[in-house]
Amino acid sequence: MSARATRAWLLSTPALILFAVLLLVPLLMTFLLSFNSFDFYGGIGSDLSLANYAEVLGDSYFYEIFGRTFLIALITTLICAAIGVPQAYILYRMSPLWRSITVLIVIGPLLISVVVRTLGWAILLGNKGVINTALIDIGLIERPIRMMYTSGGIVLALVHVMVPFMILAVWAALQRQDPAVESAAESLGARPATIFFRIVLPQAIPGVLSGSLIVFSLSASAFATPAILGGRRVKVVATTVYDEFLNTLNWPLGAAIAMLLLASVLVVMLSWNRLVERRFGEVFQ
Amino acid sequence: MAFLELHSLTKRFGAITAVEDLTFSVERGSFVSLLGPSGCGKTTTLQMVAGFETPTDGRIVLDGRDLSGVPARERGLGIVFQTYALFAHMTVAENVAFGLEMRKVAKAERTRRIADALDLVHLSHLEDRYPRSMSGGQRQRVALARALVIEPQLLLLDEPLSNLDAKLREEMQLELRRIQREAGVTTLMVTHDQSEALAMSDSIVVMDRGRLRQDATPFDVYEMPQSSFVSRFLGKSNNLAARLGESGPDGAALHCGNVVLHGPKADLPPGPVEIALRPERIALTGPDGGKLRGTVAERVFMGNQWLLRVETEIGDMLVMRYNTGRREADIGETVGLDWNPADIRILPAETNPA
Ligand SMILES: Nc1ncnc2c1ncn2[C@@H]1O[C@H](COP(=O)(O)OP(=O)(O)O)[C@@H](O)[C@H]1O
Ligand SMILES: [Mg+2]
Repeated sequence: MSARATRAWLLSTPALILFAVLLLVPLLMTFLLSFNSFDFYGGIGSDLSLANYAEVLGDSYFYEIFGRTFLIALITTLICAAIGVPQAYILYRMSPLWRSITVLIVIGPLLISVVVRTLGWAILLGNKGVINTALIDIGLIERPIRMMYTSGGIVLALVHVMVPFMILAVWAALQRQDPAVESAAESLGARPATIFFRIVLPQAIPGVLSGSLIVFSLSASAFATPAILGGRRVKVVATTVYDEFLNTLNWPLGAAIAMLLLASVLVVMLSWNRLVERRFGEVFQ
Repeated sequence: MAFLELHSLTKRFGAITAVEDLTFSVERGSFVSLLGPSGCGKTTTLQMVAGFETPTDGRIVLDGRDLSGVPARERGLGIVFQTYALFAHMTVAENVAFGLEMRKVAKAERTRRIADALDLVHLSHLEDRYPRSMSGGQRQRVALARALVIEPQLLLLDEPLSNLDAKLREEMQLELRRIQREAGVTTLMVTHDQSEALAMSDSIVVMDRGRLRQDATPFDVYEMPQSSFVSRFLGKSNNLAARLGESGPDGAALHCGNVVLHGPKADLPPGPVEIALRPERIALTGPDGGKLRGTVAERVFMGNQWLLRVETEIGDMLVMRYNTGRREADIGETVGLDWNPADIRILPAETNPA
């Protein structure tokens, strides 16, 4: 190893230690925990088996939870893309002053705790919440529409939380493109809509894809939003894990579910990445 | 009436006047360069012709039609951008096809025209490549093919060669001129490179600070500059302040400090003027010959020529000598400078030097 490489390793040691202590060790311990047995009277056993995994994989209840989680994450991702792409384009076309202000507004929500934001949604969505009260007062509806404790409510709030990530990713991709490209298309006779769909959008695709990756994985493992807006009734994987750990106290089962969530999110991310690389590797970097 | 005419074109960005009262015309089929230092308003002028900027004042007339209010996409011009602005997600053939698709050209004709355009720029073998995997010179050709395939009335080039390295740039100058001739397309090129403009154009429009300084053939712009700015911007020039005496039938007397030089007949009234003399028109003689005596202060060998800086009593003079394989005057040597009086250009004194 050259002196240069040695120094590089030495310099990154503190960060590596932090990474190991804070991420790898707990992860490894959770992984080991997922193989232990559990019974209500004896607590956590020290034997190792695949029983917890078998329990999860053999129970349709868990399939439903996993299915719901990924569906919520998928729909959130699609809506984020649908909102984020036009908004990123508008941002890209703004004058510098307005752009700075708008960027601040876009990332502003990220500065507020997810819990606070989600409680805000709870106030809006509840049966006696702002939206329902207003609609009833206007006379549009007679009985409140149920929005709390539904998957739709969770998606709504998740979109609010996640859309900045999509906007920023797409915006970064747009900024990499040559501004003269749009003029070139226009000079060749393209109308604004054609320019957007045939020139701007395809070049922003790598941004949309990486934004989707972030939004999907964060949504699939989100806890606070589904916990507050889904409650007991609409469970997702993260809230199920929480319940296993803190209500049932079945830590090993919770650990197994957590590992399965991690693994499935990883599989989705990696295959997504593969797909993107195969499709766009030649065109973009 | 010329093919393209710019009438008193003016563009202001707030307090900045980028282009001011610019009037010139381009003949059908010719290659005209808009030449000037960076920031003089060349790109802005081109953008107005292209339809991407709206003139503050003045008119642009193309083939008898006033272009005011005609959107860029309906002007039917071919534009090559400085950055080439290729569509990165499309292959070479798809890039070239885009303009034809917008014009709803039928498939069979489209294929034929794409092939012709790629043939013209010698890129037929690369039609399935993506721009990312191409060299600068190749991208440039794609941009050119894409602009030419729509058979534009007018081709606009914004510093088309500035992103290429020096050797490739020289090759592309010839190549670009060949393509322009073969396509027979009227061309307006923007450049800040005087040698490029001289080599490629039928006519050069020299701009400075938003204004037109001279509009003539390359030979005339170089040989008969009408201002100090033009004489210094194109090629190298020795410019000296002088006072013009009365002009006689065989020329004018020019007072440079204590030295009196003879120049050609001038149309200017007697008084302060500027004289310009090209370095390559000066011959070196023995210390006692010539019209001026000086000492070689600096000597640069450039392969095909020598460049010498000679200190004289009226100021430093640059002298260019072709390398004929003989020894050239050394630093510190006293030499005489000689020239033909007709080679001196008498220009109005610059009132506000740049
Ligand atoms: N969109 C714009 N807003 C404000 N000033 C501009 C704009 N475009 C160009 N300018 C100014 O106009 C002048 C001429 O610019 P440009 O035409 O790009 O020069 P050139 O192409 O000759 O280098 C410059 O001073 C530039 O700063
Ligand atoms: Mg420019």
